Amino acid sequence: MLNALGAPVVEAQAVTVTIGGRPVLRGNDLTVREGEFVALMGANGSGKSTLVRALTGLRPLTQGSVHLFGTPLEDFRDRSRIGFVPQRATAAGGVPASVREVVASGRLTRRRLLRLPSRADRTAIDDALEVVGLAHRAHDGVSTLSGGQQQRVLIARALAGQPDLFFLDEPTAGVDLPNQHALAAALRTLSERGATVVLVAHELGPMASLVDRSVVMRDGRIAYDGPPLSEQAVHGHHHPAPGRHDHVPHVGSPFDTLEGGR
Amino acid sequence: MNLLDLLGHDFMQRALLAALFTGLAAPAIGTFLVQRRLALLGDGIGHVAVTGVALGLLTGTSPTWTAVVVAILGAVAIEVIRELGHTNGDVALALLFYGGLAGGVLITGLAGQGANKLHSYLFGSITSLSDADVWFTIGLGVCIVAITLGLLPQLFAVASDPEFAQVAGLRVRGYNLLVAVLAAVTVTVAMRTVGLLLVSALMVVPVATSQQLAGSFRSTLAGAMGVGGLAAVGGLLIAASFPVGITVAPGPTIVLLALAMFASTWPIGVWLRHRRRVRAPFPAVPDDGHDHHVIEDGHAHVHGDDCGHPAVQHGDHVDYVHDGHRHAPHGEHYDEH
Repeated sequence: MLNALGAPVVEAQAVTVTIGGRPVLRGNDLTVREGEFVALMGANGSGKSTLVRALTGLRPLTQGSVHLFGTPLEDFRDRSRIGFVPQRATAAGGVPASVREVVASGRLTRRRLLRLPSRADRTAIDDALEVVGLAHRAHDGVSTLSGGQQQRVLIARALAGQPDLFFLDEPTAGVDLPNQHALAAALRTLSERGATVVLVAHELGPMASLVDRSVVMRDGRIAYDGPPLSEQAVHGHHHPAPGRHDHVPHVGSPFDTLEGGR
Repeated sequence: MNLLDLLGHDFMQRALLAALFTGLAAPAIGTFLVQRRLALLGDGIGHVAVTGVALGLLTGTSPTWTAVVVAILGAVAIEVIRELGHTNGDVALALLFYGGLAGGVLITGLAGQGANKLHSYLFGSITSLSDADVWFTIGLGVCIVAITLGLLPQLFAVASDPEFAQVAGLRVRGYNLLVAVLAAVTVTVAMRTVGLLLVSALMVVPVATSQQLAGSFRSTLAGAMGVGGLAAVGGLLIAASFPVGITVAPGPTIVLLALAMFASTWPIGVWLRHRRRVRAPFPAVPDDGHDHHVIEDGHAHVHGDDCGHPAVQHGDHVDYVHDGHRHAPHGEHYDEH
């Protein structure tokens, strides 16, 4: 729901991010209110992923400030209120892991050190698997799932912590249509439960009907913020996506570092 | 002297205990390294530890302790380089590895020690352990296993997706440093058993063996510890049972036994993965009437439960796969799907 009067959940002011001396985000203001479903759109390299990484604290700010639930990001400790779905091609690592194990790690925001999972933990994990429609695959290895199913596992992992605010970074990239529908159904359930969703997407596909506000990035700035736009309006005309645009010219040497990280 | 007589000796009992605890601890930490695709980190730390051993020989202090200190410093340096480095992290690591090995050999020479002394650290000398060495090995082995199992959920989350873990509020850098330090301690513990150059094998080969059959992270970890313990004890017994006159260091037999266990589970793993792939259901796509052909000229073969062709679930029915076709029984005839 578009919620002009709700409490602000995300407040970003003049957010500027510099990577390797190059400004990638320049002076962006964004306020997301409770219960909103915001699609963050734009071409490859426009800075939409960087903005989400700045909002979650993965990318240090050069200037500006971010408040989550009214608390400055650097003092924000209530991590169980955020669910993050990073941009990843696969949920699998070098060692086999079961779907349930991956989803269970989303519960760590609420678990204390050296404690066995409680009944509430197990219920939340079961519920998360149910929402993404993968309860029947809980004990299968993640690597045996298709790419789209693995994205649903990553969403279930974020869901397991029962957060109020979700950041999803391109969950539908490279996902087939049936799985996009399953993802959209899971996001609809979240949204109906009252969660606030910030979704980074190049294309919305079946999720278009869920979005109640579009934010379009262009070259490091927010170029549009308002009612949902069609993909036509965002991209002009549909064209094959160009390869990844590198924000920083790529010169690699063993001990070189970039201020602000990779 | 037969094997049973040998088992009665104190030095052999000490060696068996040290081997068992090393075999349990090394794969426990190795599982996290493999999960982070850092299987060769143990090897790198092993090379750096050579300098530590050499410093011990040069200064006359215990090479074990100097190796622990230098290995931890090296592991932390590798972790820092990995975290800060833009790209070519592997090249940075390689510089450290070769620096460690070359420095170690050079300093051993300066210390006036021959290659023989260094040899016992490079390839292990498990049968010359003292009581104190055994307690040291058991104590550190127990610590490593307790920490990895106790922090398993956190370490798993950090190893499998550091960005997610950081947003979830876990101290990713702290946990990564902890794994690096534990790996360094493991390397120095295993130094006496299998030797610095073969340490990494005991951290990685059991994990590779275990993941052929395991479907989850926990079962991989448990299986790897089992394989590691078996290989360490079994390899030591094999080395000890060679006839008098032939002296075989236990390090190589331990590693070769672990590799033999991998070689025997690998075909089973290949077969299991192949079967899983073949049996995975076909996606049920809405029927638009195009990819649906009736086989007209009869089908001589009758498909059934035990006809030998893989039966794969496809929506609400079963397709039989043979020669690149998917045949679904439909009344009297077969449909080509």
